[in-house]
Amino acid sequence: MRGFLVGLFCLSAATICLAGETSQRIVVAGSGLTEIVHALGAGDRLVGVDTTSLFPARAGELPQIGYLRALSAEGILSLRPNLLLATEDAGPPAVLQQLSSAGLEVLRAREGFEPEAVAARIEMVGRALGKESEAAALQATLLADIARVQAALPVAGPKPRVLFLLAAGSAVPMVSGRDTAASAMIVAAGGVNAVDAYRGYKPLTPEAIALAAPDFVLTTEQSLVALGGREALLRLPAFAVLARSGGLRVLSYDAVYLLGFGPRTAHALRDLAAAIHPARQLPALPHRPWLEARF
Amino acid sequence: MRRAAPLVAAALLAMALVGALALGPLRLPVGDVLGALGQLAGLSLQADPQALAVVGSLRLPRALLAALAGAVFGLAGAMTQGLFRNPLADPGVLGIAGGASLGAVSAIFFGVASLSVWALPATGFVGGLAAALLVSRIARSDGRTPVATLLLAGIAVNALAMSLTGILVYASDDRQLRDISLWLMGSVGGATPLRIWILVPFAALLLAGLPFFARGLDALMLGEREAVHLGIGIETLKAGVIGCVALAVGAVVSCVGPIGFVGLVVPHIARMILGPGHRLLLPVSALASAALLVAADTFARLAVAPAELPVGLVTAAIGAPFFAAMVARSKRRLAL
Repeated sequence: MRGFLVGLFCLSAATICLAGETSQRIVVAGSGLTEIVHALGAGDRLVGVDTTSLFPARAGELPQIGYLRALSAEGILSLRPNLLLATEDAGPPAVLQQLSSAGLEVLRAREGFEPEAVAARIEMVGRALGKESEAAALQATLLADIARVQAALPVAGPKPRVLFLLAAGSAVPMVSGRDTAASAMIVAAGGVNAVDAYRGYKPLTPEAIALAAPDFVLTTEQSLVALGGREALLRLPAFAVLARSGGLRVLSYDAVYLLGFGPRTAHALRDLAAAIHPARQLPALPHRPWLEARF
Repeated sequence: MRRAAPLVAAALLAMALVGALALGPLRLPVGDVLGALGQLAGLSLQADPQALAVVGSLRLPRALLAALAGAVFGLAGAMTQGLFRNPLADPGVLGIAGGASLGAVSAIFFGVASLSVWALPATGFVGGLAAALLVSRIARSDGRTPVATLLLAGIAVNALAMSLTGILVYASDDRQLRDISLWLMGSVGGATPLRIWILVPFAALLLAGLPFFARGLDALMLGEREAVHLGIGIETLKAGVIGCVALAVGAVVSCVGPIGFVGLVVPHIARMILGPGHRLLLPVSALASAALLVAADTFARLAVAPAELPVGLVTAAIGAPFFAAMVARSKRRLAL
């Protein structure tokens, strides 16, 4: 009888704990943070995400709070959240102020393209979710995976020159300079960003591309669609000469996979590194559950 | 019809305000909204705390900011059209929007905007005012400011501001570009009571000058010389209109962005209905523009909820077809 009562007490305590956890209603602004929440097993607590949060698939089915630099205070409140996880980028500042003063807890994640910055974001989200141990495990796995890729990179020899191209609509494609997510990925994968004369993105100019002499053109799948395919890219005047001499290869990845700096970063890094060091047989990383779109 | 116009415009504004307070992505029962308003008005009602927060700190400031901004745009637009005797004139002709945009874009570009929420409005205001001063300085000769010269000086200063803005846009990174293009589309989303209190004196300045300006602008319709014969201090009138418009529009644009269309087209529509007399035209333009901007903002908040549209896109989308229909109907009277 006593055992039964203790058991009943434990069960009800557990249900209360469970209820306490699931009553968390989270809105996220930032694709990397959305992926972290899912990887920590709390995807069912999300009630809204920004337009960049397209992965995993069920995040894309949630109510959209719009572009993360143009959030709407009442729109977010209408989802009745009790936590907003946002990147440093999210805004406008006045709206975030309004949300805080309306009593919503707003947590901002530090930007940064280093493995440590990704790890710090995982720790922050873990603490907010009450999933510290899962966060520690995810951190350790991710950092170990990244270290494994980087340990397999060639130590000596010339580094491949990689140019990152971004295209949207029919506008002139943009080329990444220094201090961008793309540049950070290229460098981490053992390459050299072929264009480092400026910060951020600038429109593509044929002569500058010839001068940059890239071995690889890295782009996103979304950009390839906008341009009209791989062949269309190689027909751009800037690349036609390089392509004819046979010295140019086009690599493309999903934009959020390549530049999201979330839990999938290690695998994106491995794919990029393997592609730009074809002579080097880079080992595949173990499969992780958070790579699944149906996760 | 003409007598009733101010009442109709005021009724439209009242309806738009009621809609703005009652509607939103967050569904609140009408009773809760009324309770919240009652408590805000100092009645000792016990309002639902969430309704109080949403109505008091989100919807009400936003609706008031939209009304204030709309009224200033409409009034300033009607005054500028009267001053230039040109239906294509709007405060943009004086370089205010161009200058304010340059100020705001430089705040975003040089990173000042992220230091304080006041940095961007401040630089925008200074930019708009500086541009307007430059325009009138260039146009003035022998203590007179001919309207035609003013127009040309405005074109020159606007072109300069636009090219400088273009250089900054070119040099901006991805994130700054997004911020700049969003700012240029306009939004009243950053409404706080403090911002409204700051704008009130500027709007009041414009309103206080209204009777004087209305008389002057009516006389000016006959021509500058004729206006002088009617005893109008024509240079005082010009300086007054330009000064007040620059201060008020500069302050509003720096807070909400250059929301186009309202200031250009609402006065036009009002003129088609009411005729050219400024005594009716100015207040009706102010009220109708305020109503349009409040209604457009309500639509912007609801259309893609929980996200929202930039209100500048909505004003043009609502107003342009209406305006086109008006032009088609009254082609003959428009033969200017």
